[in-house]
Formats: sequence, structure tokens, C-alpha cells
Amino acid sequence: MIAGTESQVTRAFAQARHESRSVLIGYLPAGYPTVSKSIELVLTMIDHGVDLIEVGLPYSDPLMDGPVIQEAVSVALREGATTDSVLEVVGAITDHGGSSVVMSYWNPIERYGVKRFAENLVQRGGSGLITPDLTIEEAVPWITAATESDLDPIFLVAPSSTDSRISAIAQQTRGFIYAASTMGVTGARDQVSSMAPQLVQRVRQLTTLPVAVGLGVSTGAQAAAISEYADGVIVGSAFVRAAQTGGRAAVGELAAELAQGVRASLP
Amino acid sequence: MTTAENLAWSENSVQLPGHFGPYGGRFVPEALTSALDELDAAFRLATSEPAFRQQLADLERDYTGRPSPLTRALRFADYCNGARVYLKREDLNHTGSHKINNVLGQALLTKRMGKSRVIAETGAGQHGVATATAAALLGLECTVYMGEEDTRRQALNVARMKLLGAEVVPVTAGSKTLKDAINEAMRDWVSSVDQTHYVLGTVTGPAPFPEMVRYFHSVIGREAREQILAVEGRLPDAVAACVGGGSNAMGLFSAFLDDLGVSLRGYEAGGDGVETGRHAARFAAGSPGVLHGARTYVMQDEWGQTISSHSISAGLDYPGVGPEHAWLHDTGRAIYEPVNDAEAMTAFSLLSRTEGIIPAIETAHGLAGAMRLGAELGPESIIIVNLSGRGDKDVATAARWFGIDLGDVVSAELAEGR
Repeated sequence: MIAGTESQVTRAFAQARHESRSVLIGYLPAGYPTVSKSIELVLTMIDHGVDLIEVGLPYSDPLMDGPVIQEAVSVALREGATTDSVLEVVGAITDHGGSSVVMSYWNPIERYGVKRFAENLVQRGGSGLITPDLTIEEAVPWITAATESDLDPIFLVAPSSTDSRISAIAQQTRGFIYAASTMGVTGARDQVSSMAPQLVQRVRQLTTLPVAVGLGVSTGAQAAAISEYADGVIVGSAFVRAAQTGGRAAVGELAAELAQGVRASLP
Repeated sequence: MTTAENLAWSENSVQLPGHFGPYGGRFVPEALTSALDELDAAFRLATSEPAFRQQLADLERDYTGRPSPLTRALRFADYCNGARVYLKREDLNHTGSHKINNVLGQALLTKRMGKSRVIAETGAGQHGVATATAAALLGLECTVYMGEEDTRRQALNVARMKLLGAEVVPVTAGSKTLKDAINEAMRDWVSSVDQTHYVLGTVTGPAPFPEMVRYFHSVIGREAREQILAVEGRLPDAVAACVGGGSNAMGLFSAFLDDLGVSLRGYEAGGDGVETGRHAARFAAGSPGVLHGARTYVMQDEWGQTISSHSISAGLDYPGVGPEHAWLHDTGRAIYEPVNDAEAMTAFSLLSRTEGIIPAIETAHGLAGAMRLGAELGPESIIIVNLSGRGDKDVATAARWFGIDLGDVVSAELAEGR
């Protein structure tokens, strides 16, 4: 990051640390169920306490995603969502005073043009990009573009990552480290994997970056438990399911429950 | 940075292992990185050991039935401008296709890595059958993912896999074909990687798969080269194969890469015709992109979304292609052309009637290529076609194509396929 500047992501983590709580990060695919409705949904999430929106870029082959998100992105694609729709949602979040990062599989970014995407994302007020299938070995063009545009490149670590690999990933990451709580795909689980605390502990020994935990989180109680040891809680499929079953009201309700959860560890 | 700039970066600044020029690499969830590293190490160690190579060679001889013959196709040659056409008979391998070569190698590696379960994707079912076979032989648990559409058109192979003790999971997402079966297999693997090896069936996917699968199929090319030298006293003018992911082609090509006088020819599925948009012609109508873990040629729209492929052949019905083929294409070392459904089915029928060999419909695309090659290279030319698989599995599809009434001969389930 350029000296003296601080991304929305970094600010969000600093603010939460100041309040002795963790950051609540909520995912929704752009264009689900339509572009305008997805904007309403993410603004609802912000209004009910989500600190940072992870705007999903719908992709035809989402091999890290379980059935709930697969179904949602296929609806979004059928409804005509594109990379431009993602930028539109990011812009709406910025206009609303919110913060966002984009989550995208790699091919749509490469196809759009990596530098062009970075420039347009910054212009719309986006703060970074999470790349679930981009290994750091293949990420040089993206890291270069992110540095030029002052965006946060956010990479994932997994329970199977070695310490040396976590170090290498942390060196390329800005904003926060996304710790995948379990070996698996996205989707709500009854219990957040017991591998998560150990992974977060390992990451902490190797970097000073904030660590957020995702995969399988769906309830306020789970969010509270993760807040005990992590800097951020990422919720995806549960928001998508809420949108599917109860629309804006259910999404707002879930956001409020989770926002309370990330504050529950207050002394 | 545009795709072109990415390609330039990938090609020039770092020549990472697992790349073919700018293609290949690893585009996978971090959760799979350590498993791919483990696989890479196991592959390199095993293949450096004479004992492992001997174990594999013994299985190839005693179980697969290698070497596979090189058969002169005298009557089929009449339809290839009289060229000297040879068929590399991978259809005579145990399980009926080249797929067993790769599967035996990977199954042995699975045991060496101490894993107890294998998963696989399959399109035509040949790779699924081969994997189920190797799993039975070596006592591994086996799950095969297959697009629902493909389970219908290749019902016979579904039955074979079940008889061999494998679980077959029909995949209902997306286009319900090979692409979606790979997505689902990857999802399984991310969740089960501790105990499970993913036996990827072709020269696609993240490193080390393209290199490893080529290695296990390179026996095809080595044998063919030796056999043609023995019978003709010289190298062929061209070697030809169908190209879905491209494993049978890579196996054959691999022995001739440095023989610049041997033209390498790959035939991809033209479906209803490239101009109709209903095809699987990645080189004719695709562009460089990233799919299923590797940078390669991909059928994609302007936003980088994968476009569904179409082909009468389930095994070629895939919107990506092996990254080494992408590099051979760009460098001009190999030439790739689309073959339409109709042209492939003509070749299917001709080979059946002139040589008494019913080929797989995938293979028929390569045979159609040989007919073109004969016209191009002349009657004195020597052409080797990889007869990558036999056509038993395609009887229902072919019967429908040629209007043969299956009546009571084949079960209703077989006949009801698309």
C-alpha cells in the first residue's frame, strides 16, 4: 500500500479493534436475484450492521461454491449479470457510505482486463478483490495492478496450507487474510470447523495482518465464537439463503443477529 | 492487463514449472495446493524409481495387454486417397480405450500416497470405467462424477462402472456434461483431499496433471514410433488423433515432438458446425483463458463466462483443452481442425464396414481427420491414427444416427438416450 493511505478494509478492521469486536463481512452475488434487488439487499446488510460487503462476481464454473451459491449465481447469470453489474453494485455501496471488496474467480477478471478492472473498481470506490482460485504464483499481474490502483489483494489460506505457504501468501496480501475454516466448499454448516482456531493461531504467528474466518458461518452464536479468536467473520451462503427464502426482511434480520454476534465477545 | 499481456507476462518473466509457454499453471483453491504439491512429489519420485516403472510396465503387459498392435487399414485407406494408414489399437486395451494407461499410473500413485479413495470425472464414461477398474484391481473406494446428460447417452458405461463397484453420481448442474462433472469432482476433492486422490482423466487441470497424464500415456507414442519404424522403415508423415481434453493425442504426439518431419494433427469436435455455435471447437472458436485450474484455450463469452460445448461425442464435449495443446497450437508444432458430427459419423461407418472395427465416436473424429490427411499428403504418405477407443458404448447413439431400429435387441434404457 502507498504510504500514508489506508484502505476502507484496513479502516474497518482498525475501527472494530478499537471497539473490541470483530469485523462482519457479508457476501452476496451481484445480480442476485436481479441487479437492482441485489443492490437493495446489500444496502440492507449495511444498514443492519455488516461492516464490509463482499460483492460476488457470478461465474459459470464456481468450483469453490456449494449448492446455495451455485444456484444463486446461475440465477444472476440467467438474469444477465456481468462484470459491469458487479461494478454497479460496488458503486451503489460507495454512494450509500458503505465499504466493499469484490470476490471473483480469476477468468472473468482476466477477460475484462486486469488493469482495467482494477482502475474501474477503484473508480467505483471498491477497496479490494478476493481471488479464491488465483494462486500467488499466478498472481503477479494482479498484484502489480492492485498496487498501482491502491487496491487490497486478498488471498485465502486453508487448514492444509503449510507455514511457509501462509508466510508467502501473507506477503502478497493486503487488507486481511481470508482463512477458510474448513477443507470444503461454501455453505452453512451446523458447526464451524474445529480447524479454524488452530489455523488462525498459525496465521497470527506469521503475519500482523488481520485474519477473517469464512466457510460455514451462519448464526450469531457462531459469529460470537469466531470473534473470540479472529478479527473478522465472513458470512456468505447464509445471506444468500436468507435472500432466497425471506428477501430483504430476512437478510436484515440475519445481518442484525450476526452484528450482535460479533459484539458478543465484548467484556 | 489484457489476456494478451497476461500471456506475455506468463511466458516471458517466469518460466514456472507446470507451464507450457504461457499456458498451464495452477488456478485452484488454496486448499488444494498442498495436495497438488504432494502429488507432484509422489509422481516425480515414483517415476524416478526403476521398481515403480517396472511395476507399471508389468501391469501394462499383463493386465492392459500392451503393447497394443499397429494395424494397417488397407480397405479404409481407399477413403484416405490410398495413403498408408495405420491404426494404433488402443481400443484393444483392457476396458476398451487408452484411458486405462493413465488410470493405472495414478492408481499406483494413490496407493503410494497412502490414500484409500479415488474420484474421477467422466464424459463418455471410458475414463470412469477405467478408474472403476483400477480401483477394483487395487482395492480402492471409487466415486465417479458424470453429467446427467452423459449418463443417458452413455448408459452402458454407467452400468459397467456400477458392476465394477463404483458409485456413479449424476451431475445436474450447468450443462449436465463433462465440464460440470469436473466442477463437482473438484468440490468433492477440496472436501476430501486427505484420503482421496482425484484421478483426472485427461491432460487438463492444474499442474502436475497435464504433465503426469501425458507421461502415463506416452507409452502410446513410444510403441507406435517403434512399430512404424519396424514395419515401414521410416517415420510417418503425420500422426492424428481426436482432441477432447487431449490425452490420447498427447500420448501419441509425445514421441514425435522432436521429429519435425512428422506433422501432428488434432481433431476437435465441430458439432453441428463451428458456424452454428453448437460445437466444441476451442481452437477454431475459443480464446485463451482459465478453466478448471489451467490457462488454456476456452470457449468463453466476452465476460469470461464459459460457453457450453456441443458434440455427438460425450468425450469431446468439453469447452477447454489441455494446456500443452494450446502451446503446440500457438507455436505451430501441431495443427488442430474441427470435424463435424456428420463427418465423424461417416468415418465411423466407413471404418466399421471396411475394417471390421467399430470405433468410439470420439475416435471417429480422428479417422475423419485421416481421410482429410490422405487427400492432403497423397497416396505415398504414412499416417498413424490413434484408435483411442472402441465403439460398443456408442451403439445406441450410432444406431439412432443411422436409423437402425434397436427394437428388442437393446434394453429400453439404452435406447431411450438422446
